[in-house]
Amino acid sequence: MTRKKKGKTKVTVYPAWCKGCGICAAFCPAKVLEMGPDGKARAVREEDCVNCGFCELHCPDFAISVEPADPEKNGKSAEDESPAEESALPAREHAGENQPG
Amino acid sequence: MANVTQVIHKYLRHNKKFPLVFCPGCGHGIVLGSLVRSVDALNIPQDKVVVVAGIGCSGRIAAYVDFNTVHATHGRALTLATGIKMSNPELTVIAVMGDGDAFSIGGNHFIHAARRNVGVTALVLNNFIYGMTGGQCSSTTPFGAYSHTSPFGQLEKSFDIVDMARASGANGVFRESVFHAKRLDALLQKALSRPGFNLVEALTPCFTQYGRNNKFKTPVDMFSWLKKYAVPIEKYEKLENKDGYIPTGVFVEKEEPGLEARYAAMRDSLRAGKGGAA
Repeated sequence: MTRKKKGKTKVTVYPAWCKGCGICAAFCPAKVLEMGPDGKARAVREEDCVNCGFCELHCPDFAISVEPADPEKNGKSAEDESPAEESALPAREHAGENQPG
Repeated sequence: MANVTQVIHKYLRHNKKFPLVFCPGCGHGIVLGSLVRSVDALNIPQDKVVVVAGIGCSGRIAAYVDFNTVHATHGRALTLATGIKMSNPELTVIAVMGDGDAFSIGGNHFIHAARRNVGVTALVLNNFIYGMTGGQCSSTTPFGAYSHTSPFGQLEKSFDIVDMARASGANGVFRESVFHAKRLDALLQKALSRPGFNLVEALTPCFTQYGRNNKFKTPVDMFSWLKKYAVPIEKYEKLENKDGYIPTGVFVEKEEPGLEARYAAMRDSLRAGKGGAA
């Protein structure tokens, strides 16, 4: 049941807005998010995401976005998905700052 | 969970400096998100919402949201909100205050706003300390807690905001912690759509000033504390050892008309020549 629902989302963390409080990484039920060496959260196991929405509701800085992944691309590996998903993101003010590190 | 962050971004003032001014791990951002989501869920037009904020960390919330906003003087958010609601009852007026703002310097305004039952939603962000001014103990700092002005433990007992609002005659009294954000959303929506004076107390952690002095090692510890100790009132009443637990949920739900509705009724009846109170 839960297996089927996994990995149908795209988890984006905006590093420019993240303050590294660690709430998302500590309470994520599927351990999708982890704190990186730069002190900011990052999505490391996106394929395990169960779409509970905890991180999105509890990020005090609105730095996490959980969106449905492209339905046609479900089941494919994350590497195949990421470039297309990146361009499909709606244009936002800080979208240009969405670079790792 | 689709589009939660997108909804919030829609209501933010993008000419402000981001990220938010709050410290890492502060719960105020979650309350801000909850406020925006509640207004969005109720489909209230942005121009019909007025956010009045006082002084303190919580006062910064008004700067970030794209509603009609007023940044009032310390403790006087409710007085301005009362005036706005009475002069234009169509507006949804939300007074965003901190615990020091609402219950120390503005305590008198609070009890009288609740007594008058004016149709304002008071959103009180209770972080148990004066955060912005450097971590002095406030009227809601729990007994025995440490702060910069109570380095050996707070000697005074703290206010119970819910009891105070209930005794003052508020129409609706609600409390929730920011860890339970979905329940906070539901209570805020309920408060915003009800008549009369409604209080929503949001328990938000202040790690920088309160947590570090009270043996919380990380902001996450404070959220774990809220997760464990902020329990729904039904569950709270069944607990054998209530020590340290904070009841949350709906405390008072009355359906009395607000002051502005009673005023309008009296005005209409006087204009109709009948005279007397409505």
